[in-house]
Amino acid sequence: MTTTVAVRSEQAAKPITDRPKRTFPWKSVIRGAIIPAAIIAIWQILSSNGAISETLYSSPWNILKEYYELTKTGELPHHLRISLVRASLGFLFGGGAGLLIGLLVGMSRPVEEVVNPTVQMLRTIPLLAITPLFIMWFGFGELSKVLLISLGAFFPMYVNTFLGVRNVDAKLFDVGRVLEFNWWKRTTRLVLPAALPNILLGTRLSLSIAWLCLVVAELLGAESGVGYMIQDARSFVQTDVVFVGITIFAIVGKLSDSIVRVLEQRLLRWQDSFKG
Amino acid sequence: MTTTTKALLEIDNVSKIFRNGASTTHVLDRLSLNATEGDFVTVIGPSGCGKSTLLKIIAGLDTDYVGSVNIENRKVDRPSQEKGFIFQEHRLFPWLNVESNIAADLSLSKPEVRERVNELIKLVKLEGFEKAYPRQISGGMSQRVAIARALLRKPKVLLLDEPFGALDAFTRAHLQEALLEIWQTNRTTMVLVTHDIDEAVFLSSRVVVMDAKPGRIKSVIPIDLPYPRKRTGTAFQDLRTHVLRSLEHSETEEPSYTI
Ligand SMILES: Nc1ncnc2c1ncn2[C@@H]1O[C@H](COP(=O)(O)OP(=O)(O)OP(=O)(O)O)[C@@H](O)[C@H]1O
Ligand SMILES: [Mg+2]
Repeated sequence: MTTTVAVRSEQAAKPITDRPKRTFPWKSVIRGAIIPAAIIAIWQILSSNGAISETLYSSPWNILKEYYELTKTGELPHHLRISLVRASLGFLFGGGAGLLIGLLVGMSRPVEEVVNPTVQMLRTIPLLAITPLFIMWFGFGELSKVLLISLGAFFPMYVNTFLGVRNVDAKLFDVGRVLEFNWWKRTTRLVLPAALPNILLGTRLSLSIAWLCLVVAELLGAESGVGYMIQDARSFVQTDVVFVGITIFAIVGKLSDSIVRVLEQRLLRWQDSFKG
Repeated sequence: MTTTTKALLEIDNVSKIFRNGASTTHVLDRLSLNATEGDFVTVIGPSGCGKSTLLKIIAGLDTDYVGSVNIENRKVDRPSQEKGFIFQEHRLFPWLNVESNIAADLSLSKPEVRERVNELIKLVKLEGFEKAYPRQISGGMSQRVAIARALLRKPKVLLLDEPFGALDAFTRAHLQEALLEIWQTNRTTMVLVTHDIDEAVFLSSRVVVMDAKPGRIKSVIPIDLPYPRKRTGTAFQDLRTHVLRSLEHSETEEPSYTI
């Protein structure tokens, strides 16, 4: 008797919907915009007053105008496109290798013992120290740039994937055995989804490092790209253009990070961790 | 051969020793047990007597033992879907919702899988929760999902290791009835490990009482009560006392079962 009641009450409970409705977080966006908005306002006021030199410090308005000019001449889209291709290629190669090797090392102790010490050793070498070697071996061409970015993107992805795999609940492996998962299913149905939170974190870190390495590569020597545009403008003291380059780096960097975060929210809906 | 019905599960002289460096633990000692098709065997015994070890051996999760375990005359040498396993914790995949957890590696877009999953959701009474994630449902519901996941594979034997141990008395009683219903519909052979004498007498056709150190079978008590059983009946109480006596007889350490 009592048990029937239990069943009823459970079923009468509102069925759980797949996705709770989320409204756009206006409040937190506004809060986050306070400091940047204040800085921009003060900067504009100071340069309009002539309190600071416009040639040396530029002004928000001049930068906006420069954006418009550079877009109209097609210069900015051209450099941006080239930079994006370099960064994406580097991220794809480096991040992809990090994911793959991190998975293999995470899933097998022997592979870990062979591979991990070397990777950890390489990780401690500052990237800038290797750059001269890259230039000597591969010249100033695209190859050395993409390789440098790949190398930078590799490590955060590798470390986080490896950590993620090692954090998989060992008890779930028994479930996989009972359900007769083969190696492929164990990897794709068990290890990858379980390690996904770490892999996504690795993706974010990896993306930002790829972006960083891109700047380094382009500042060191290039005939195109946003980094080159900055370098070129510097020699002609075109502060506005330098600022355009800097802000475009910031905007694209933030944008790519936001994309991964949206991805995180969608893919990790199953997690019940503290959300703040 | 004097047996009338053919044994589906045959455990013959199984011994198991754990070696940890220099120390060895003799966990199971020449244990033999048979179960026919549609049997409901409950294994009860003091903590540490090797019940979980025995289930893992039957499941093929542990193959390092002496003796033989056969299912339908075939030696068990690895885990397979014909041996369903329900763990003490539900062990669902937290990133899959209820119906995807039941399907696991099978595709819900296949009509035959879809149909079976829907049937099972009805059987374990989880309609309306198909899309919920494990974190959104209770422990009892999770355990029912785990049972459905195992049943989808049409196991010949369902092995349950204290599946309701972590649940409150109310949910436990409800799940026991659900399990009986499933057993009566599917006639799946059940091997259940429990600490709960009440549960053992309520569910099974035979109660196997184990002895500890080394683990061996102390007695097998047939429960010849018609289903559905009433926990309050005198026959039920007598059998309960019988199981309890048999257990107490072997106790040297503190009792670990509930009454
Ligand atoms: N991996 C292991 N290595 C060494 N000893 C083990 C291992 N697993 C279990 N044992 C030992 O085997 C014995 C039986 O363990 P088992 O888990 O089968 O007991 P159990 O009857 O299921 O106990 P409980 O009722 O508490 O779950 C215990 O004494 C335990 O210490
Ligand atoms: Mg146990």
